Amino acid sequence: MNTFAQIRIALVLSLALAYSAFGDTPDEDVYLAPDAFISESFDDSPPKPSVLWVTNELKPQIQKILGHDYPALRIRYWAQQSRSAWILEEIGKVKPITVGIVVEDGKIVRLKVLIYRESHGWEVKHSFFTDQFIEAELTEKLRLSKNIDGISGATLSVNALKRLGGLALYLHQQVQP
Amino acid sequence: MNRNLNWTRRAAAGIASIAVFGSALSAQDELPSREEMWAIIQKQQEQINALLERVDTTEVKIVETEQAIEVTADQVESTASFVEGYVASGSAQAGAGAIGRTNLGGYGELHYNFGKADSADFHRWVLFLDHAFNENVRFVSEVELEHSIAGAGKVGEIELEQAYVEFDLNDTDTAKAGLFLLPIGILNETHEPATFYGVERNNVEKNIIPTTWWEGGLAYRHTNDAGWAFDAAAHTGLFTPTSGSKAFNIRSGRQKVGSAEASDGALTTRVTYSGTPGLQLGLSAQYQADIAQSTLSERIDATLVSAHADYQRGGFGLRALYARWDIGGAAPGVTGADEQFGYYIEPSYRFETEAGDVGFFARYSVYDNYAGSASNTEDAFFDIGMNYWPIENVVFKWDVQFTDYADSSKDEEIINIGVGYHF
Repeated sequence: MNTFAQIRIALVLSLALAYSAFGDTPDEDVYLAPDAFISESFDDSPPKPSVLWVTNELKPQIQKILGHDYPALRIRYWAQQSRSAWILEEIGKVKPITVGIVVEDGKIVRLKVLIYRESHGWEVKHSFFTDQFIEAELTEKLRLSKNIDGISGATLSVNALKRLGGLALYLHQQVQP
Repeated sequence: MNRNLNWTRRAAAGIASIAVFGSALSAQDELPSREEMWAIIQKQQEQINALLERVDTTEVKIVETEQAIEVTADQVESTASFVEGYVASGSAQAGAGAIGRTNLGGYGELHYNFGKADSADFHRWVLFLDHAFNENVRFVSEVELEHSIAGAGKVGEIELEQAYVEFDLNDTDTAKAGLFLLPIGILNETHEPATFYGVERNNVEKNIIPTTWWEGGLAYRHTNDAGWAFDAAAHTGLFTPTSGSKAFNIRSGRQKVGSAEASDGALTTRVTYSGTPGLQLGLSAQYQADIAQSTLSERIDATLVSAHADYQRGGFGLRALYARWDIGGAAPGVTGADEQFGYYIEPSYRFETEAGDVGFFARYSVYDNYAGSASNTEDAFFDIGMNYWPIENVVFKWDVQFTDYADSSKDEEIINIGVGYHF
């Protein structure tokens, strides 16, 4: 019993130390509602949503990017001039990650993790990771033009985000005149 | 309306043509009488009226059909929008049926080892089963079948490696209770075959950090947006043998939370920094109150300290880890088990090809479970090999291990071949 009492005290002390040393700095961008993401991406006056049907013509390329079909018949997007915004989902380890991606002139200008449900790989939610996607383009081989450095212990979530980045760039090409 | 006019015009034209036809006939002897003519005209008028009535009915039906299509299209659109919004908002996780909130995953690896003795082993077959009770409370579990076959007298075993309930307290803090993997080292929490080099796991994270290592208890995590994470866990402790060849051997001390002796627990804390993409630095410390679980007259307390770096920049990768045990009491000092340590360094390079990714690595590792003894008990290993990922979920591995045991009669060169997957 004494041991457990000591452990409890040590636990409380170590947590208190961690809090006092680094403080609580919640990241307001971590869980961003999809509506808010779209609104923010178009200076608070978003265009009406449009719909892109996942036709047989698009399927082979989508499959090449994701490694599987996109699990929807149509994908909703928001477009204004050369800018388009997408809300897409992909499985990380076992759960879907919801990501908002804005593409302009064929380049990613914004990528945010909107909903993260995995118990590991929390780092991919943060801007220190997602900012790497900015300026990425789609190569002829349907890969990202930029190297995205991974996160130790979050390889599966990192790969899921890389796939979605490529998918958003590809879909953007399809809806641009 | 246009259709209506067309029909009226046609009817008028019909009447006019009949009139012309009638006047032409008037020149002939067989002309119908005026009464007969009047009867014909009346009959034709009836037909025209009937046709006009049918046109009106058809037009009403067309308008009704158009309205029905419009309403149906609206309904389809709003249903699709609802479904999309439902998925996008994550409501599917919280509101859908149990099947929608339960996820399966898994991994496995088959190994061939060719050394002094050759062997083939489906080393691990693992199934993940997770269930989200709601947005903030979830159950996570992992069951493993080791060495393919389990049962009395068989080489393998079935193990419950994770089974805990996790609570998101807010965006940055989580707590969990149950049976979980300890936050120590690089491989203990993340060991899907496609995420590391080498067919077999490194010896340091096997014999010093006894990966895969799980205990039962409570854990807490705080993360922040600068990339720092703090873990603290209070959990069940090791129970090592206290005599024989495995006395105070750390790996032999795992009780795997199977009716485990729990009179003396342990505390693990860890801090990691991963605020720079591609880099993770970690420092863990663990205190074990008594790894003999009060079976000796003295207390055998133990402290583990471990530090690691995992760096990936472009294709270049570097993993390095150091871990050390200091074990108290007089008994472990007899064999030198009072000090145990290990380290490894592993540079690698990975690149893309048309047919998938290829990576090469080299690893130098050293460990010693009897570092406190005066004699040389240090074992060292040099590994070199490659991984090939045809797709990111599947990996083929090949490596050669050169051993440098303290007892040089055990030295050998081992060729390892393996295949692994995860989903």
